[in-house]
Amino acid sequence: MARNVDCDLGHPLMEAGLESPADEEGVHDSFHQLIAEQIHNGGLGEAFELQQLQKELDEESRDCVAQLSSPGSERSERRLLGMQHDEREPDPFTGERWSSDTLKILSSMPSRTIGRSRGAIISQYYNRTMQLRRRKQSRPSIQDFSRSARPTIRGYGIETDSTDADVNKRDRLVNNLQNLSVSDRVRMLRAMPLSVAEKSELRRLASQKERRTLSGNQIPCCSRLKYYVIIAARQSWYSWLSFVHSLQLWQVALKRVSGRFGSGVLSYFLFLKTLLFFNLFLFLLIGLFVVLPQAVHPPALSEGRHSFTGLELFTGAGYFSDTVMYYGYYCNYTLRMNCRNENGGQYASVSIGTSSDCTLKHLPYKMPLAYFFTIGMAFFVTCIILVYSMSKSFGRSFRIDKSHSILAMKAFCSWDFKVIKKSSVKLMSENICTQLKELLAEVNHKHSTKTLYQKLWRVAVHCLAWTICVASTTACVLSIYFFSEHMHQNLQQSSRSVTKDPLLNEASLLALPVVVSCINLLLPIMFNLAAWMEDYESPSLRTYVAIGRNLMLKVSVLGVLCYHWLGRVAADPNSIGLKCWESFVGQELYRFLLMDFIFTLLDILFGEFLWRLFSEKVLKKNRKPVFDIAKNVLDLIYGQTLAWLGVLFTPLLPAVQILKLLLLFYIKKSSVMMNCQAPSRPYRVSQMTTIFITLLCFPSFLGASVCVTYTMWSIKPSSSCGPFRDLKTMFQAGKRWVEDLEKENPNLSMLARAHSYLVENPFFLFVGAGIFLIVIYFHSQVVDGQRKIIGLLQEQIENEGEDKKFLITRLQSIHEQRRTPTRRLTSQGSAY
Amino acid sequence: MSLVFGTGFRLFHRYHDLAPQLVPLDYTEQPDVKLPYELIGSMPELKDNPFRQRIAEVFSEDGQGNMTLDDFLDMFSVLSEMAPRDLKAHYAFKIYDFNNDDFICKSDLEKTLNKLTRNELTEDEVRMVCEKVLDEADMDNDGRLSLEDFQHMIVRAPDFLRWLSPKHYNVQ
Repeated sequence: MARNVDCDLGHPLMEAGLESPADEEGVHDSFHQLIAEQIHNGGLGEAFELQQLQKELDEESRDCVAQLSSPGSERSERRLLGMQHDEREPDPFTGERWSSDTLKILSSMPSRTIGRSRGAIISQYYNRTMQLRRRKQSRPSIQDFSRSARPTIRGYGIETDSTDADVNKRDRLVNNLQNLSVSDRVRMLRAMPLSVAEKSELRRLASQKERRTLSGNQIPCCSRLKYYVIIAARQSWYSWLSFVHSLQLWQVALKRVSGRFGSGVLSYFLFLKTLLFFNLFLFLLIGLFVVLPQAVHPPALSEGRHSFTGLELFTGAGYFSDTVMYYGYYCNYTLRMNCRNENGGQYASVSIGTSSDCTLKHLPYKMPLAYFFTIGMAFFVTCIILVYSMSKSFGRSFRIDKSHSILAMKAFCSWDFKVIKKSSVKLMSENICTQLKELLAEVNHKHSTKTLYQKLWRVAVHCLAWTICVASTTACVLSIYFFSEHMHQNLQQSSRSVTKDPLLNEASLLALPVVVSCINLLLPIMFNLAAWMEDYESPSLRTYVAIGRNLMLKVSVLGVLCYHWLGRVAADPNSIGLKCWESFVGQELYRFLLMDFIFTLLDILFGEFLWRLFSEKVLKKNRKPVFDIAKNVLDLIYGQTLAWLGVLFTPLLPAVQILKLLLLFYIKKSSVMMNCQAPSRPYRVSQMTTIFITLLCFPSFLGASVCVTYTMWSIKPSSSCGPFRDLKTMFQAGKRWVEDLEKENPNLSMLARAHSYLVENPFFLFVGAGIFLIVIYFHSQVVDGQRKIIGLLQEQIENEGEDKKFLITRLQSIHEQRRTPTRRLTSQGSAY
Repeated sequence: MSLVFGTGFRLFHRYHDLAPQLVPLDYTEQPDVKLPYELIGSMPELKDNPFRQRIAEVFSEDGQGNMTLDDFLDMFSVLSEMAPRDLKAHYAFKIYDFNNDDFICKSDLEKTLNKLTRNELTEDEVRMVCEKVLDEADMDNDGRLSLEDFQHMIVRAPDFLRWLSPKHYNVQ
């Protein structure tokens, strides 16, 4: 059973369990006595055995009436009868022929009836509900911990009458169920492997009894009211959940994709959906607290408002630069609603403090504080959600013990039931066949004899491939560095001389994004060629190496760009004539995002559509291009990193990203359905999903948050625009607010001091990180301990198997001994 | 219908749509209606699945694949994505147990492999794979996989949840 192993070694159960291997001699001896007694008391023993057999037959016939697999039990009966003759193959234990009595006893062993008999399922779930109840109350006592359906040695001989036991078990199960909370009860009922009719019967019984006990007691009116309120709240919550579930975005489309391509390609689209929800959350939060208040109270606009030309959609500058979209639009004072000024103007915002003209003072809304805290909260909540989903995903795919059952898992878990289309099913069969053959070959020829020359050759090839990749990455990164510097100098020159065409100036800003996107598109092709040259044996290694190289490229490109923006542009904004460097950086990020989208579309057009036409018409191959899941997911992660980097400078960037993801979904889906085929190499979905979520969390989100934190902490904001105009760093907005609070209310000086110690002092961060690492270390030790216990339990199971074999052979030998003198008698009178 | 994972009403309509003349719309008197296996096996989710016969047999009351509404709901409840892993493992075991003896013995394994690979593996390869699988997964060394062996192996397989989850929510 898949149970959670409790690692508490002082637990009485553990002690009992660990004692049993040592106790085995005693157990064997006691059974030896019992068996010896039976041999001596010949007649009595026979009568007893016949009684047992009769009881077992009755039990079996009752079991036959049970719903589950009744023809199966008939078949096993027939097989039992047939086995006395020479029809069947010898039992794998010892090659002996078992007598029908032995086989009858064997077939009604609890471990064999777990799936078949309802009684066993009910008792198993009785135990589970008992555990659940006890867990919620106090430390469990050892009597309640009988194993699933096997009789323990302790319980031997107590339950002889099975009908009563069955009804008893059911009653006890119902009793347990009604003592659980409603949600636990529903969960337990759902997880039971019984039919719906039986489950609803159990539920009816449990709620019936509950109603009876409820009406019996006198509930005071306020707790009854509370009870009703809780029930109403719970029902509305369930109906809301089912409503949300039925609204699932893109269900039909995803089903079609998974029906044709399987779970691997589906995971890409699910990842896209996840990113969409992240951006939606970001957009809602920032839109509500930052964009909306500012949009409702527009600041006084400066001179020289640009007119709308079409180029704005690409460059993000021009008309857009004085809108809510960019940092520069936001004001640095407190917004007060409905404040009429003498000088006219419907909405006038008043600076901090002086508000003598204002007659109505509604909620003051400090813009700098709102901006700072909203961005901080958005990042914090995103971090928590990411870490949570990453740990959940990791927990699911992490294997605690060294598993060797690769072949078994391939046989049972590789069939993807999501695939419905006939041709895809056929393809999947072929894939599984190939994989099984490969695994067999691998297992059989584990030691491939490679000569020294071959090994050296492989090492040389790998070195060469890696050198090519690293060299090309470095070359591209350096080229971006120098190109950005060149663009920077261009801008400096053009800011000094006013002669050039402003439109051309703006269009030239697009050059850097185009270069970066080109590199992002072309370099992975070179990495693929290098991998093809290397010719990896295991496909998973190949995928990991490809992901590693792509990641290396994207991380270095983003690093150089961040240096360019924060190190060059922000350091000296006046040299390029910028009044507002944050808006400029925001516009750059908008351009990068847009170019990334356009180049993805181009890639779909050329890489998938035209390539398919080319390979069909010119090369006359019937194979469509394969959808490269890893590369596409990394592209998504790259886009998301840009969005996270840009949120501080461009509060509306999540909205742009949402639009981009929506369009990308539909375009990718149609392209995949038309032009691609499923990946022919095996794809381990949950491991890959874990890797992608980890990549989203670690290089991507961590890098973005480090950049944003650095910007907030150390870089001086521009002095003529934005909500942090007159501060030394953006971070000071929070500090200033705390100081203001302290001034207004001296009792809050503690808060100010706490703020200065906790938040500004890096020592606190170090301590926090240290504690976090210590907790992780302890957990890894716990995992090690659990691994050891799993090893012990496996040994114990093997020993139990040995026990079973021993008992059965002894049982059989007793039957043989007794049967030899009386064989003729019993075989004549047998009514089998 | 909170005992059933997934939306019960849509499932009922899908059941009804399979044979509108046989299935009444009013189920309050609990009519005894059984749809034959041929209709169940013609559903798009199961049509091309090599295990469809076993799935229908496991969930049907009579073990032949003819399903009542309760059996139908059972089947989709377990097949839905929200069913817990233990439940799926329990039924997966039953589906792979071709001779219904509550153990996956060698012959069951061979049949499973042949269905998976559409009989493309040779006899020798099938035999070798069966031996290796029993080696790897059989813990108490009795030569066959019990339910517990199977569940123990499934717990370690992270991809098991994409098993048995065809999405069925759209009413097409």
